[in-house]
Amino acid sequence: MNEPIVVTDELTKRYGRRTVVDAVSLTVRQGEIYGFLGPNAAGKTTTLRMLVGLVRPTRGSARVLDGRPGDPSVLRRVGALIEGPGFYPYLSGRDNLRVLARYNRLTNTDVEQALDQVDLSARGGDAFKSYSLGMKQRLGVAAALLGEPDLLILDEPTNGLDPSGMADMRELVRRLAAQGRTVLLSSHLLGEVQQICDRVGVIADGRLLTESTVGELRGASSLLVRAEPVLRAEQVIESTLGAVDLRRTADGGLQVATGSDRSPEIVRALVHAGVEVHEIRPVERTLEEVFFEMTSPREAAATNAPREEMAR
Amino acid sequence: MIASLRAELLRLSKWPVTWVVIGVWLTLNLSFGYMFDYLSYRDAVSSGNQGLADALLSQLSPAGVPSTMVAGLPMFGGALVVILAALATGSGYGWNTWRTVFTQGPRRLSALGGTMLALAVLLAVFAVLTLLADLAASSVVMTIAGQDLTWPGLGVLAEGLGGALLIVAMWAAAGALIGIVARSPALSVGLGLVWQLVVENLLRGVGSLLGPLESLTNVLPGTAAGSLAGALGSTTESEAGGAPGVLAVLTGTQSIGLLLVYLVAFVALAALVLTRRDA
Repeated sequence: MNEPIVVTDELTKRYGRRTVVDAVSLTVRQGEIYGFLGPNAAGKTTTLRMLVGLVRPTRGSARVLDGRPGDPSVLRRVGALIEGPGFYPYLSGRDNLRVLARYNRLTNTDVEQALDQVDLSARGGDAFKSYSLGMKQRLGVAAALLGEPDLLILDEPTNGLDPSGMADMRELVRRLAAQGRTVLLSSHLLGEVQQICDRVGVIADGRLLTESTVGELRGASSLLVRAEPVLRAEQVIESTLGAVDLRRTADGGLQVATGSDRSPEIVRALVHAGVEVHEIRPVERTLEEVFFEMTSPREAAATNAPREEMAR
Repeated sequence: MIASLRAELLRLSKWPVTWVVIGVWLTLNLSFGYMFDYLSYRDAVSSGNQGLADALLSQLSPAGVPSTMVAGLPMFGGALVVILAALATGSGYGWNTWRTVFTQGPRRLSALGGTMLALAVLLAVFAVLTLLADLAASSVVMTIAGQDLTWPGLGVLAEGLGGALLIVAMWAAAGALIGIVARSPALSVGLGLVWQLVVENLLRGVGSLLGPLESLTNVLPGTAAGSLAGALGSTTESEAGGAPGVLAVLTGTQSIGLLLVYLVAFVALAALVLTRRDA
């Protein structure tokens, strides 16, 4: 679980004077689902394109599965869906996969297995151009699965899918990860990342703002205490917990930076001191809140995507 | 490379465009090579113009198949091949299939090699089908006209087939290069056709007036293709009944040499651009 299999060091891509990816250093560890999170035009896709050798970095370096990005021996162990599915519209889904399979000397059995994994076997004979967006995305994932890769790089795999399709795709990603694969997926959908990813890298304006687990990113949990009188409650909590970050909220509550395991102790002390306890509950920041805290100055300039969409 | 060839053969052989282009070429070839000539022959016979009738009959005879087959290739056949090859490579950018292929593991050079070899296989089919269709049409015409069938020698047939393959291979390489450089199927087809059907002819027209320009037009791809057709016995465009694009500027050997230079140069340039550029 801990061995790094994707490591970038100051990875940078410039187009003319425009820096699209700016000194990104990230690490993806074996067996994890890594969410590469950022608003539209943040540099996610360009970073992923560099990781599969489609684009050469202007500066910096990357190692993927201990090899150079784009090297055939590396790519055979990587399955990628970058910038949406690109297939021959006149061929069936099955024939499209057969073309790709032939490039890698894979068999028709491999093709059928990949179709089966994304539940497309029944429609595999239909022309790609007749597929719905969801089916096209699933075929893209099937292509990425050809050859049983160790690492899956999926660029916005739920893009354009309806809620049911998004749920199916999340389930598929979880299933693939459960099979022991490492998944690096980019997304601008916070809910999606929060639901399925073990670790997250947040990128905005081409810069990696942070990289951590979802839990770390959301921060340590705190407790909200409503008690009367507030001043006395404040004193009791401070004397009980010692040096602790304690703030009054706008509506007269107390936000205490401690875990919910300290709740019984706090309640006992407050009751013992004659303070009336009205409410005590854990408070956790959502990934959405964290994300907007990090990206709000940049986000407005970088994307027009409505906040509602980001939060989906 | 073999794996890439097998992959590209699968997708190109199932591509309707491939067979539409071959079908259009066969139709044009039979129409202009046999149907209109046969109708002209009947007119010449009914109007008592025996000299013209004999000349047309000699073109329609199976012995004339090798020269008839290559007569349409420098211009119209070549234009169709440019379309096919430009679409084969250019549409990979429109559909983003190059990107999909490149993320599957083959080296870019191998993927391009597969495309070029698959095109070569399909162009061999194109040339053989043309030969067979022309032999069949010629036999039917001669039988209807009540003439004996005079078959071409194997050597002449091989020369015609080889010449046809070289001409279409050069145009295919040009089309593939334009498709890769333009990164767009529509633009590449447009550019290819404008160059082949308009620019070269205009340059040749101006070149006949300007000495220095003439030496340049003498080494254009179309000049090499047209000269090879002329060297193989096709009637040149300046003669009565000659096919457009067929020339007598270069010798057969010079034409073959120049076509090979263009073929290699176009493929090398396509490889250079495809491997060096971000996908």
